Amino acid sequence: MTEVSARTEEVHGAMDDPGTGSGPPPARPRWVVAVPVAAVVVVLAAVPLFLAPFATTTLTRLLVFGLLAVSLDLLVGVTGLPSLGHAAYFGAGAYAAGWVSIHLTAAIPVPLLVGAAVGGLAAAATGWVAVRSAGVYFLMLTLAIGEVLAQVAQSWDGVTGGANGLAGIPAARLGGESLTGAGFLYWYVLGVGLLAFTAVWLLARSPFGAALRGIRDNEPRMRAIGYPTTLYKYGAFVAAGTVAGAAGSLLAAQQRLVTPDDLGFTTAAIILLAVVIGGAGSLWGPVVGAAIVVLVRDALGPGLGGHGELVLGIVFVLVVYLLPRGAAGLTTLRPSRRRRT
Amino acid sequence: MTAPSPTALACTGLSRSFGALRAVDAVGLTVEPGARHALIGPNGAGKSTLFRLLTGRMRPDAGTVDLAGRDVTGFSEVRRNRLGMSQTLQHASLFASLSAAETVALAVRRHGTAGGGARIVPWPRRQPTVDARAGELLDRVGLADRARQPVPALAHGERKQLEVALALACSPTVLLLDEPAAGMSPAESARLLALLADLPAEVTVLFVEHDLDLVFDLADRVTVLHLGRVLLTGTPDEVRASDAVREAYLGTARREELFTG
Repeated sequence: MTEVSARTEEVHGAMDDPGTGSGPPPARPRWVVAVPVAAVVVVLAAVPLFLAPFATTTLTRLLVFGLLAVSLDLLVGVTGLPSLGHAAYFGAGAYAAGWVSIHLTAAIPVPLLVGAAVGGLAAAATGWVAVRSAGVYFLMLTLAIGEVLAQVAQSWDGVTGGANGLAGIPAARLGGESLTGAGFLYWYVLGVGLLAFTAVWLLARSPFGAALRGIRDNEPRMRAIGYPTTLYKYGAFVAAGTVAGAAGSLLAAQQRLVTPDDLGFTTAAIILLAVVIGGAGSLWGPVVGAAIVVLVRDALGPGLGGHGELVLGIVFVLVVYLLPRGAAGLTTLRPSRRRRT
Repeated sequence: MTAPSPTALACTGLSRSFGALRAVDAVGLTVEPGARHALIGPNGAGKSTLFRLLTGRMRPDAGTVDLAGRDVTGFSEVRRNRLGMSQTLQHASLFASLSAAETVALAVRRHGTAGGGARIVPWPRRQPTVDARAGELLDRVGLADRARQPVPALAHGERKQLEVALALACSPTVLLLDEPAAGMSPAESARLLALLADLPAEVTVLFVEHDLDLVFDLADRVTVLHLGRVLLTGTPDEVRASDAVREAYLGTARREELFTG
């Protein structure tokens, strides 16, 4: 009880704060954002020059799941649609990119574009039903859609390789050369990831993105001022599916194998966890969240005798209690504005 | 454009029940173009339900709604809004993570500025015309100096003012206001009255209000709703003089006690 009242106190205190109460909040100068962004990009680009191939490969995986988390954040954080089936579009893109690489060509950017297109098409085909629901129903519907697609991947042997997965995916090729080195593959994934991240970021800042945030805050009010909100949510769903499909094609290029696990419930839940841990709505926070989640599960997990999931659960509980806005909340001391009015 | 229609907004036989309660019971209403039409009635008279039926938020069990002579009964709230119907809600219902200016800009982008039409194409560039129009609307409702404040930092009365700015940003031909002055200070409420009185004559206003001073200052037509039915529609003077209205409000109170001044 005391904790609850303390929180209420905090909220009221924030509202009476002269910093937010009397004048406009001070705008951060441009360099405060630009310098760290440039530094992060430079460090990320330079990493393979200093790290061992195994560490580089792990980082490549983190980037792949980071991009998947960014695409999910477009739904969860920006639009307010928590999906438990987002891995379906990731997996669809991965299978499509893998299949194209085996049977047609592995030349960049063909598998990437095919993966993105298939992810987007799968989202377009299934999203129309999902976006008509909200809250826990949306969660359940996306979960069901994800399970159906996972079942398809499991049983459509001829195309997906069934339970064994789609194996024997050749290395991505650029200008006739195979990207077999871990460093080159990393740069490819990083380049695509940065491009896709920028695209999602621009989308979230556009008038379309502003409308999505309006829908997240108050969908009935958006309808009352003339926004066909279902159409907007559908647009966000398809865009998120497309980016997830692109991330899937990167997974196929990195893993050289796609299994039904990659589009199953576990992946979907882990990525939703990554978005929450990282801070929904910030877009970059979920990348950090994905890194934490994948590291804990894949790198730390084996050392803990397979108890990685347990550690994840503890991390999740801690984040929810200590950092309601996720890792992204650490950078701003601004009071939470995500309150209903 | 279509020729001026005889009515801006009308409904006939509009009904809606919740279980055994007939919240709105065969209501017929005609709002003339350019009218300042007030809807009054005791608590539970069905005013807010009638508003929801008119705006399309709620479907009627029976009856029709006409907007500018066109049957819009089957139209969604979004479509009615595109046809010029705009509303404010009784309990300010806004966007918790947006500032006042961003809130108004949402509606401005959808409905266009004086210079250009609606644009939904994603484009990250700042749109000076949108900002200018949003600023102008905030200025009209008296929120110019609060433009960059997040909505949760606004006082209750200010949120109601923002509701009005948001409704005006939709460039309405018919404006429905659900208790626009509720919770406002006398100064804010006087400003609201001036703003509504200043609206162009083409804009039709239908409003629910409990502050009867405001009703009789602004309205040229008054409809009294009681227990889901229309008790009386008439001029403010006719309503003031009506015994039935007095009984509905206060049982058997004396007229002088109800309408002082």
